[in-house]
Amino acid sequence: MNVELSLLILLFLPLVSFLFLSLNGKRLSPALAGMIGIASLSVVTVLSLITAYGYFFEYGSVADVYQKLEPIKYEWLRFNENLSIDLGVLLDPISVVMLVVISFISTMVHIYSWNYMHGEERFQMYYAYLSLFTFSMLGLVVAVNMFQMYIFWELVGVSSFLLIGFYYTKQSAIAAAKKAFIVTRFADLGFLVGILLMSNGAQTLDFGVLIERLSVPSSPFTIAMSTGATFMGMSALAWGLILVFIGGAGKSAMFPLHIWLPDAMEGPTPVSALIHAATMVVAGVFLVARLFPIFAISAPDALEVVAYVGAFTALFAAVIATTQTDIKRVLAYSTISQIAYMMFSLGVAGWGEGHNEGYTASIFHLFTHAFFKALLFLGAGAVIHAVHSNEMADMGGLRKKLPITHYTFLIACLAIAGVPFFSGFYSKEAILSAAFHDNKLIYGVALFTSGLTAFYMFRLYFRIFWYKEAKADHGHGHDNHESHTWAMNIPLILLAIAAFGAGYIPFGHFVSADRSQVELPFHLELAIPPVAVGLIGILIAYMFFVKENVKALNVQQSFGAFYKWAYNKFYIDEIYLFVTKKVLFNLVGRPAAWFDRTIVNGMINGSASITAFSSESIKKIQSGNVQTYALYFLGGVLVVTSLLIYYFQ
Amino acid sequence: MEQVPLLHVLILSTTIFFLGMYGFFARRNMLMILMSIELILNSVNINFLAFNHYLYPHQLEGLFFSMFIITVAAGEVAVAIAIIINLYRRFNTVDIEDTNTMKY
Amino acid sequence: MNILTVLLFIPLVTVLSILFVRNDRAIKWMAFGGSSVQLLFSIWLTGHYMSLRSAGETAPMLFQSSVAWFEPLNIYFRTGIDGISLSMILLTALVVVAGVLVSWKIEKQVKEFFFLILLLSTGAYGFFITTDLFALFFFLELAVIPKYLLIGVWGSGKKDYSAMKLALMLMFGSALVFLGITALYFLGGHTWNILEIANLHLPIEVQRVAYVLLFTGFGVFTAMFPFHTWAPDGHSSAPTAASMFLAGISMKLGGYGALRVASWLLPDAAHELSWIFIILASIAIIYGAFATLMQTDLKYMNAYSSVSHCGFVVLGISMLTKAAILGAIMQMVSHGVMTALFFAAIGMIYDRAHTRQAKELGGMLKQTPFIGTAFIIAGLCSLGLPGFSGFVSEMTIFIGSWERIGAGYRIATVLAAASIVVTAVYILRAIGFAIWGTITNKEYLGLKDASWNERLAVVMLVAGIVLIGFAPFLLTRLVGADVDIIFASLVK
Repeated sequence: MNVELSLLILLFLPLVSFLFLSLNGKRLSPALAGMIGIASLSVVTVLSLITAYGYFFEYGSVADVYQKLEPIKYEWLRFNENLSIDLGVLLDPISVVMLVVISFISTMVHIYSWNYMHGEERFQMYYAYLSLFTFSMLGLVVAVNMFQMYIFWELVGVSSFLLIGFYYTKQSAIAAAKKAFIVTRFADLGFLVGILLMSNGAQTLDFGVLIERLSVPSSPFTIAMSTGATFMGMSALAWGLILVFIGGAGKSAMFPLHIWLPDAMEGPTPVSALIHAATMVVAGVFLVARLFPIFAISAPDALEVVAYVGAFTALFAAVIATTQTDIKRVLAYSTISQIAYMMFSLGVAGWGEGHNEGYTASIFHLFTHAFFKALLFLGAGAVIHAVHSNEMADMGGLRKKLPITHYTFLIACLAIAGVPFFSGFYSKEAILSAAFHDNKLIYGVALFTSGLTAFYMFRLYFRIFWYKEAKADHGHGHDNHESHTWAMNIPLILLAIAAFGAGYIPFGHFVSADRSQVELPFHLELAIPPVAVGLIGILIAYMFFVKENVKALNVQQSFGAFYKWAYNKFYIDEIYLFVTKKVLFNLVGRPAAWFDRTIVNGMINGSASITAFSSESIKKIQSGNVQTYALYFLGGVLVVTSLLIYYFQ
Repeated sequence: MEQVPLLHVLILSTTIFFLGMYGFFARRNMLMILMSIELILNSVNINFLAFNHYLYPHQLEGLFFSMFIITVAAGEVAVAIAIIINLYRRFNTVDIEDTNTMKY
Repeated sequence: MNILTVLLFIPLVTVLSILFVRNDRAIKWMAFGGSSVQLLFSIWLTGHYMSLRSAGETAPMLFQSSVAWFEPLNIYFRTGIDGISLSMILLTALVVVAGVLVSWKIEKQVKEFFFLILLLSTGAYGFFITTDLFALFFFLELAVIPKYLLIGVWGSGKKDYSAMKLALMLMFGSALVFLGITALYFLGGHTWNILEIANLHLPIEVQRVAYVLLFTGFGVFTAMFPFHTWAPDGHSSAPTAASMFLAGISMKLGGYGALRVASWLLPDAAHELSWIFIILASIAIIYGAFATLMQTDLKYMNAYSSVSHCGFVVLGISMLTKAAILGAIMQMVSHGVMTALFFAAIGMIYDRAHTRQAKELGGMLKQTPFIGTAFIIAGLCSLGLPGFSGFVSEMTIFIGSWERIGAGYRIATVLAAASIVVTAVYILRAIGFAIWGTITNKEYLGLKDASWNERLAVVMLVAGIVLIGFAPFLLTRLVGADVDIIFASLVK
């Protein structure tokens, strides 16, 4: 099958399935709708694997350097001579890797939801939205044009909005959906202005041409954008990149735009696994990786911003994750922290031999993280399915009731904690060694964070599956066995295999900053500290949570106010609420509405009243008394006559 | 026979005219106002006749005009009286200040 | 007979024949039939136009004709269309059909209602096909008067106040327009013909005066700040179809006039003075968006959001770059269809629940899924979601505005772009309160979903915004050459 056709099917099959499912809606039986969704996604997965195989092993590389291929490209909307939105497919190592990740995880989630969402009222719409999301995400990663990316960027945003708000009768879900959309929309404003700035500077929207023009220091475009007007000490180019990064930070939930992600857990759990763990939230990382040559060559100061934001977010989110009691929120903060890893890994990377390890490491971690984090979420979903609660307090001792969930969850925890021989170990080691070579401060933060990661993940694990037996009188009378079936188990098992094995892929052969095939170096001496820190984290978690005891409580109390802060997510949400509700609504919106009603409308009404007033005052002349009229008439005649006499005398 | 000088006639007509004016503005009875209008018209008639007689004795335009005015005045009186009678039926008065409903 | 007069002929015949029919049902069907024929004819005309263009017709206006109207003053009824007017005609035809369909439940004075609605559309068609300034003014007036009656008779709330305010403010606008065009006539070449005036080189003093008068006058029609206050009151009091016409068609008369008359005919003044309108447009966009945030009545919300969205049109026109003008035209079409859909959905909700307060509603998606979905689609289009028409037009305006060099213009663009965040906030709030959520009022449990005519109207409008959203090149192909002509006269 030729490449163009298979890519077209790959992209449009989810769209077709979305349209079919959403237009037919309730006329389809839930089983049929689910089958259509699963079948189309399976085809997509097979096609993306074929594409990946073909790209990496057959036609992708020329002289050991992977090419940027654009097998499909159509002009969609032309703005002027230079700028147009083209829709097409760009194949390069990162987009191909993303294709595989998205289609695979999405298929797993489709299968899993078959059971998990069973009996939901809008089951068909759920599958329709999942298909819409998959379509948008695939379109995002293969974008050939900045605006194509922005288009699909918004579309994944809205699919996420619709899926978070899937339980639209629940107030918290409505609020979370709105919050997710608005926060990312705010960030997208940065992206949009960044696009405007950069497209104007480079006179193109095409990724290939853009990177070509702006990543060569001697090109006239680069010179024009990096010299000339500066704002706060940074060039137009750096600002353009930072604005684009703000867009990425919004979608990837970087501090301080992270607040929407934990709330997004209001959506169905498989959705969290797909969108808010594995695929959409890494779009920001993907965006920075896409523009990496420009960042690294022409605006290293912008890249530094990326590094520090990433490093801070990693630590910040990990600290919060250790205190949360809702298991999905723990996972959400863990996701933020892990994505921040990918982000600062890009930030510490540079251009050229020996510096670009961070780039490969970042995409590598993106790859492995997708599997183990999706697995964690799906496992958490299975737990929630069994106990009908998100709270740790309702859990404990579930390892016998949910054996498959237990073992797969354990594998995922080991992977994320960076225990050797599991996938997370390899990618995390690569990130840490990249950080070690570039920036010791970030390295230190990252090392500490990896200890925290191990601790909170195993806190979660022990708290769910060990600790003390949860009280069974939960009202739902959940019978103590795995109520879920093959549809939930198969994805768990497949993902567990991937979460274990993904680390053995020689990633450097496939993905590197200059698209050449390199060996990702393995530094044994640098591998020891993170493993040691991770094991300590696991050990502490074991001591605290394997059985019910008061040690954790004591430590918690010794932290005092700091614990309370972290538990309340450092009150970032409250600050946002203050800014939006108090400042924007009360200090901007209300005065604007008042100004409009009172001043502007007052002016209009005022001109009407002035007219009314003046007519009111002169209408008295019209008294109805004929003799008065005659007097006026006489007076008028006299005046006119005397004037005439005066002038014509 | 000694002719009355033109000036005397003009003084007479002017006096009648201003008497009419005064009546028109000052009287409140509509019939009186109507009479005042007649006075004004008649003063104009006198003027026409006087000028015709003294200045252009061989022409008749002045006479014609005064005939016109008398005819029109007759018609006008008919209409005016009709209006006044109607007003009287409506308001029970012929006082002009009480019939001031035709306003804003 | 000129082919364009058919565009006036069809609605006029419909209007007149409605007068002789007694049966209400028959009147509705006749109105529907007439407007559908008009829509089909407009679509055919577009095809015909495109085929002529691709056959190599390069005249700025096609299907030109001229009939003397009042020769002593050189007033002719001249017709001629280009892609821009065609796109407006298509918009009008679509909105009229949808408006007729959603008015199916009108029971009070049916004949007069449909008579006025179709008369209004006749005014709009005439406005878009004529190339004579005086005839243009005539049709502009013709499109104002029916609105007064539509709001005053069939409206709700403080309809007398609103109708009077709207009529007076629009009259004020058209008075300015009249001053402007008479200035062009007497101080220019003693001609009302747009095509001739475009080739005149008027002295800059004349241009300045006429530009400010004309742009402000037409600006009143597009609800430009600070002359926008007729819009919220007018929209909220108007019956559904009238709201759709007001926002969907009427506001476009202003945009079209500001582009075709003010900017095209007076290029030098446009370059010199466009900053005034850029400032006003930026204020309208951002301030309209914030004012929308505080509205609780759905119709007020959409009316204020129209102020904000039409600010984009004014911004695009006054930025004077090719992409910005293109974007302004796209925004006119897009906003016309989108806001008609929005008002239609709000009207359907109001017909059923008898309230438009967002907080008193809730759970509409559950009870009336079709209407709820229509509302959500209109909302998503309004906040500029890709795949719907709002996105492409706004992005084109942004790209075009950014091309104009200068810090002030950049700030205006960023402000305009910032408004899309605020838009997202108020749209999602409205969806969250009114459409999602649980049903709070027990009375709503009996509400019925949309009837066939409402469904048809919604489907047509959604098809419009999706078509432009997915295939913007159709629209750019239609108007591209004409934008080039306007742009060429601007850089000359």
